[in-house]
Amino acid sequence: MGAVVALSGMLDARQVWRGRAMPVPAGEQPTGWAALDAALPAGGWPDAALSEILLPVDGVGELRLLLPTLARLSHGARPVIVVAPPYAPCVAGWQQHGVDMRRVDIVAAPEAEVLWATEQCLRSGSCAAVLAWPRKADDRALRRLQVAADTGKALAFAFRDRRHLSSASPAALRLEIETAPSARVWVRKCRGGAVPAQPFALSRSLH
Amino acid sequence: MLWACILLPHLALDGILRRRASDDPLVLVDGAVNARSIVAVNASARDAGLRVGQRLTAAHALLARFDALPHDPQAADRWQRFLAAVAYRYSSEVSLLPHAIVLEASRSLALFGPWPRFESMLRADFAALDFRHRIALAPTPHAAWVLAGIADGRAVLTPDALRPALQAVPMRKSRLPAASIEALSGMGIRTLGQLLTLPRDGLRRRFGNELPQMIGRLLGEIPAGLDAYRPPDAFDLRIELSHEVENLAALVFPLRRMTGDLAAYLAGRDGGVQRFLLRLEHREGRATEVKVGLLSPERDAGMLFELARGRLEQVQLPEPVLAMRLVARDLPDFVPAGRDLFDERPANALPIEQLRERLRARLGDRAVYRLGGTTDPRPERAQAVADEGAGYEESRLRPTWLLDRPIPLRGPAPRILAGPERLETGWWDGAEACRDYYVIETSLGQHAWAFCQPGEQGGWMLQGWFA
Repeated sequence: MGAVVALSGMLDARQVWRGRAMPVPAGEQPTGWAALDAALPAGGWPDAALSEILLPVDGVGELRLLLPTLARLSHGARPVIVVAPPYAPCVAGWQQHGVDMRRVDIVAAPEAEVLWATEQCLRSGSCAAVLAWPRKADDRALRRLQVAADTGKALAFAFRDRRHLSSASPAALRLEIETAPSARVWVRKCRGGAVPAQPFALSRSLH
Repeated sequence: MLWACILLPHLALDGILRRRASDDPLVLVDGAVNARSIVAVNASARDAGLRVGQRLTAAHALLARFDALPHDPQAADRWQRFLAAVAYRYSSEVSLLPHAIVLEASRSLALFGPWPRFESMLRADFAALDFRHRIALAPTPHAAWVLAGIADGRAVLTPDALRPALQAVPMRKSRLPAASIEALSGMGIRTLGQLLTLPRDGLRRRFGNELPQMIGRLLGEIPAGLDAYRPPDAFDLRIELSHEVENLAALVFPLRRMTGDLAAYLAGRDGGVQRFLLRLEHREGRATEVKVGLLSPERDAGMLFELARGRLEQVQLPEPVLAMRLVARDLPDFVPAGRDLFDERPANALPIEQLRERLRARLGDRAVYRLGGTTDPRPERAQAVADEGAGYEESRLRPTWLLDRPIPLRGPAPRILAGPERLETGWWDGAEACRDYYVIETSLGQHAWAFCQPGEQGGWMLQGWFA
């Protein structure tokens, strides 16, 4: 051993098996942002999977990114559940974005129970989407959420600090929100397709 | 009319066995203190040679270690009434006979299908509750009672077939008055068939009115005259534990039994339960109470158990538990949740109501809620926990996150994006607010909703985020 072998030669000789990503069917969960939908392989959120949203600080447009989706889901058959939000959701503000607050359940959970509650909601199969702010989630905890989302056919959204970007994650989609020089969303990982090279500009117009 | 009789030959023993997790030898004893004799034995005690009727002293000579519990006729009565409540699910005419429950079945057959299917449903119910039973069907309740004592599973469907079916019943199993049986045996009458051929008048002169009346009831010539059973309006079940229990894990098995019984009772009553109480009884009358409340009436055994266990697990036991009692007084009508034919949820989905109950059981009664708008313009009071949501629609610009109370915003001077919006209200209730609201952008790029004193543009107080 030790001899350097050209990879192309091995590929030509069919000595290397190349795993191919599963083709992703066109999703039915548009994000409501045309530019983002176009950039994502599923044409929207990965269905029945965990999406991770990484933020530098609170209040940088993370809800704005989700509100078109929540507005659509809150008029569907299954409710949306918000587990232990860091602040109180402002009813008037959410309604102004079209969310039906009668279909949004808020779960107050102590920090130690957040992951349990989130997993229960996802696994139940009776929620359209579950939003959570796991603070002490490791790779295994996130994988549990991913499996639960798959079991319950629900959209899972985990909001986490940007410093977790360097650690691996089982999430099907990872988005990072950047504020400087302008409000932009980078796709950092997406299952079933190449990561878009360009960020997507997050419009933060007030109305 | 057709009557089904469910004979419960081991009522007292089954009532005790079903709450014991172990299979150790057990006998029930009765009689005076110095002359106790065995009235019931379980399987492992019978294998060891213990028999009904044995003196307790003789039993101790046969087997070194076994549990001997006093026979409690009242407990057996309670179990019988509980099972009658379970059977009430199948018929509106349920009556009690010694060691047996009879129910009118001819009208139930139209609902539950032909007798073999109906019978297997009854058996499944009683087997699930772990009560040994024998079932018979006959045109009169007393005949069914007699036939159940002879063989399990006899079914006499027509009045014409009743006499032939009773022919071979030996006199000592005929459930007629004991004195008459003895006298008739002395006269050479060994079976019911022989008795039925005798002239009634002669029997009346010889034995009085009671015997011909009993025969008449047996054959359906005169009404059975049984009191109809009515299920009670409250469920109250108490289980005495065989030893002092100090950790909660040991209460799980009896709890599963109790919630299962509650579910069976509710099914019989066609009702649900909204609130119930678990009383963990300690020494000297002290007790720990665990309240279980539900959002809507339920009667699913698994769900009731899971919720009760969720509440129980949060309890700190101050001292050992001797007995456990489950009391349910609030028993509203149960409306099964409808499911849409085109439901888009996965097939094995947990209904949202059950999910809410599960979360509440572990996180607390107020852990799951919805928010709705109020008409108060002050952000601190603009929304509240609401059952039905909706309410007032705010047309002015509002953020998506609200802080519980405003906090000072530090750091470099923010950039003003919109505002001011003057808010001046609340002078009538002591929480007067006079503020100018702005939408500002912090140095970190956050969009915030903050206010300051009217006319100023500093001393920012953060009220929310445009997240």
